[in-house]
Amino acid sequence: MSGFAQNTFNGLVSGAFYALLALGLAVIFGMLRVVNFAHGAFYMLGAFGAYVLLSEAGVPFWAALVIMPVGLGLLGMALERAVIHRLTKLDPLYNFLLTFGLTLILQDLVKLRYGVQSSPYETPSLLSGSVDFGLFDFPTYRVFILGFAVLLCVAVWWVLTRTRIGMVVRAATERPDLTRAFGIDVGRWVTPVFGFGIGLAGLAGVLAAPMRAVNPLMGADLIIVVFAVVVIGGLGSIFGSVAAGFGIGLVQAWGEAYLSTFPLVSQTIVFVVMAGVLLWRPAGLFGREEAPA
Amino acid sequence: MTNTVDTPTDASRSTPPSGLIAVARAPGWVRYALLAVGLAVAAWLPNGLYPAVAVDILCWALFAVAVDLLLGFTGLMSFGHAAFWGTSAYVTGLVAIHAGLPFPLAVLAGALAAAVLAVPIGYLAVKRTGIYFAMVTLAFAQMVYYVANEWRSVTQGENGLQGVPRELFGVDLTDDYFFYYAILPIVLLGLAGAWRIVHSPFGRVLVGIRDNPARARALGYPVHRYKLTAFVLSGFIAGLGGGLFAVGHRFVSLDVLHWTTSGKAVIVVVLGGIGTLWGGVLGAALVVRLEDWLSFSGFEAIGLVTGGIFVLVVVLFRRGIWGSVAALAHRLAARRR
Repeated sequence: MSGFAQNTFNGLVSGAFYALLALGLAVIFGMLRVVNFAHGAFYMLGAFGAYVLLSEAGVPFWAALVIMPVGLGLLGMALERAVIHRLTKLDPLYNFLLTFGLTLILQDLVKLRYGVQSSPYETPSLLSGSVDFGLFDFPTYRVFILGFAVLLCVAVWWVLTRTRIGMVVRAATERPDLTRAFGIDVGRWVTPVFGFGIGLAGLAGVLAAPMRAVNPLMGADLIIVVFAVVVIGGLGSIFGSVAAGFGIGLVQAWGEAYLSTFPLVSQTIVFVVMAGVLLWRPAGLFGREEAPA
Repeated sequence: MTNTVDTPTDASRSTPPSGLIAVARAPGWVRYALLAVGLAVAAWLPNGLYPAVAVDILCWALFAVAVDLLLGFTGLMSFGHAAFWGTSAYVTGLVAIHAGLPFPLAVLAGALAAAVLAVPIGYLAVKRTGIYFAMVTLAFAQMVYYVANEWRSVTQGENGLQGVPRELFGVDLTDDYFFYYAILPIVLLGLAGAWRIVHSPFGRVLVGIRDNPARARALGYPVHRYKLTAFVLSGFIAGLGGGLFAVGHRFVSLDVLHWTTSGKAVIVVVLGGIGTLWGGVLGAALVVRLEDWLSFSGFEAIGLVTGGIFVLVVVLFRRGIWGSVAALAHRLAARRR
């Protein structure tokens, strides 16, 4: 039983990262119809930034947790203004290619300066140790990540459902043309939402720094899994993306624990699930079938 | 209601400028002259470049044409074609090493393996279109990468497959210069095959599906089956390239399956010109030459340059080389009339 709780907990923690990244991808896709390949690169920059801030300027984790998302969010906004918005009127494939190119550039810039070795990042002292839950105890830091991510998702959910900005974003995500037809200036919110999505990726990166190897390539492999996650959840659905994120985290952890007779389960199970979803519900579990052309 | 769920966003705006049409409308002598020039360049290439680079260009030309067959003529952007290129490279390498067959047979085995792999991946991927298709193919290719990475007993993992022989009935092909001429007929055959596909009734239907899937469906064409067939054919051609690449390098590393390889294939096509078929060949030549020059000059961050090309091409040069030239020729011809 305690083994099951352990696996479930670990699954939720890795699911939290998927969920944060998928959430950012989904709101950006909703507003801009852009699938941001560079999302993984920004996650990596978040983690790397936290590492550089600590090792070269002595900036603690808590400050990095604010500085990096805000900084990267602003960088994202600048990027959106500078290039991405030029291409949003074209086929989304062009922005996919553009952000793919940006990924290669960002990765190599970091690689040039810091090499490809993984750098250790110490868990902040306040969060080291473990929390005792009676029957089992979990590392404090992971409990913190899970709590923080859930809190963030709830906060975003609150913003999306209870505020005017949220209403616009939701409407624009689900029915972009109709929203414009109601006279809502969707364009005004595009840049901030892009920045926000990037900021979330950066935040996930900072959170990942103490528990995952910080290296220039950490984001790219992750983002491909997150793509599978959003295909499973349905990219048009913000709730679906988050739910699929946590769900895939769980499935991976359980698969690793209980299907360990099959090699590779933890890495490939997400793709197997994606194949199943494509067969059963091509639009994704929470996606809505768009009207055929 | 079919299983396809994505509405192609603004088919009219996303349709790539067709260099193909411009060339097809050109007078006959222009087309034959272009073909003659192309063949002459292909025959001369290893005299002007390092033969090893020339070999890479041939392999990448096949890869690019395979990707363009889907991107330019079926309207599907596969971001996971490294799966076919790489699978064929591994299968070719394994067959060549263990069975000692002449390399063309090993390459054929590799390309067939790639085509077989393309069946399930294509079957699932064609259920989505547009950006989702790109994400799905990317994800499945990553799965293939993980499998190859873990299946060390066969693929040798990160060490790679070493010592892939260049066996051809005892002919000595260790010199890249002669090897180039040995593979040239195979590559030309592959390119001619792609040309034949595009200019067949089947290819016309693909273009029809690209431009208006709903109408193609209404006309009674089984859209999914056409797309899947195109996907498998494309996987086969990419596999031809990948197999030759493996024999050319006498070595197969995990790089052949990496997502950056898939992305590079797409940008080679965009640089050359989407939907122009031969543009991809030009793009391949340029990118391979450039990367060789960069690695030769000791520049470490090749991704910086490749990424930069990506960004520049996508922002400023979406028509690609062939597309731009064709558009220019078109305008000149129109002025003369």
